[in-house]
Amino acid sequence: MTNYEKYVNVFTETFSVSAEEAVKLEYQGISEWDSVGHMGLVAAIEDAFDIMMDTDDIIDFSSFEKGKEILAKEAYGVRFDK
Amino acid sequence: MNYDEILTIPPFSLEKDQKSKLLTARLKALTVHHRANCPQYRRILDSIGYEEDAVSTYEELPFLPVSLFKELSLKSVPDDAIVKTMTSSGTTGQAVSKIYLDKTTSSSQQKTMVKIVNEFTGSGRMPMIILDCPSVVKNRAMFSARGAGILGFSIFGAKKIYALDDDMKLDVDGLREFLEQYRGRKIFLFGFTFMVWQHFYKELLRLKEQGIVFDLSEGILVHGGGWKKLVSEAVSPEEFRKRLQSVCGLTRIHDYYGMVEQTGCIYMQCECGHLHASIFSDVIMRRPEDFRVCETGERGIIQVVSAIPESYPGHSLITEDEGMVLGEDDCPCGRKGKYFQEFGRLKDAEIRGCSDTYAAKF
Repeated sequence: MTNYEKYVNVFTETFSVSAEEAVKLEYQGISEWDSVGHMGLVAAIEDAFDIMMDTDDIIDFSSFEKGKEILAKEAYGVRFDK
Repeated sequence: MNYDEILTIPPFSLEKDQKSKLLTARLKALTVHHRANCPQYRRILDSIGYEEDAVSTYEELPFLPVSLFKELSLKSVPDDAIVKTMTSSGTTGQAVSKIYLDKTTSSSQQKTMVKIVNEFTGSGRMPMIILDCPSVVKNRAMFSARGAGILGFSIFGAKKIYALDDDMKLDVDGLREFLEQYRGRKIFLFGFTFMVWQHFYKELLRLKEQGIVFDLSEGILVHGGGWKKLVSEAVSPEEFRKRLQSVCGLTRIHDYYGMVEQTGCIYMQCECGHLHASIFSDVIMRRPEDFRVCETGERGIIQVVSAIPESYPGHSLITEDEGMVLGEDDCPCGRKGKYFQEFGRLKDAEIRGCSDTYAAKF
């Protein structure tokens, strides 16, 4: 599985959405992605990529797209080459 | 300065004059904003003849009684901008405060809390033991103060367990396994003072008598929510710390003072046992008879100001709690700003009169 697929999977499993819906998601955009859902998402991402995110990055993680940017940072080194 | 700029300033770095300048500018701007966007707030300011130009420091800004949020739905943003409603803790039958948050205010609260707490726990996330039961955060649309506190502090937890089940029973096996797994790591514990005492300390004590001992000497406990019940059991803060240490080796224990009406701006207890105001907020003690500002060392009613709230007019509030400023900028722990002590709730009779009659006008 590529990192991108893993990343999409985390969203589809955490929020019970399709992959098409996942890529458009924003924090507070659906009822499942509220502050409780957010902590669940963070935990799932950390497990999937075996990383530990910074508190600042957890707060800035405001959408599917933004999350990709954050994970691509040097500290986490998750590459999303297709 | 907008709030994101303010957030770049280290939380305990400003001396009195600098902090006053910063807070006065921000709180005056918030007053203008809420006056323009919250009709009830505007009526309140009009009724007291508020004039912005007459205000030279934030101590002169008007303050609302916290209980007003129980009476009125106060918000300064359109309904469709509200992403979260938080409620205060209250016993059954008691009216609860409702605090309406939009994305900006909600995220400012979380960012502020992280900045403040990091100054006490060190940055970096830790394995976390939540001294409460998982059902507290189940109702997601309406957050109780308890759920909001747990959720807010959860950001410091890298891996988390709830130490109590839904019957508030300690999960002894789960706790043992967790501590085993993270042996040698700094562990973060969070809970509300009474729950910590009743369901954690007392259970650990019982287990210890059976020879089952947990080592939490690497732990940092943050607890809050008030001492009322423990005072009635004659447990003082010193006693609380001493007993916890003796039962599980926990030495780093920080109480905090905060309220759902100003989430984010919490007042953490330092190593010297003092509660500290960060640059994002302040406490002002007021005399009950005329609301004039108390001297250092004089007990009064606690007014709280916070630079955060944009979605509801809660940036300047008079609480129903009693406190005393101990000093400013010179706590031996090195943190700037006011440090103080909190004595819990005023007796009902002392404040209900003025706040209720005040609220009844609107």
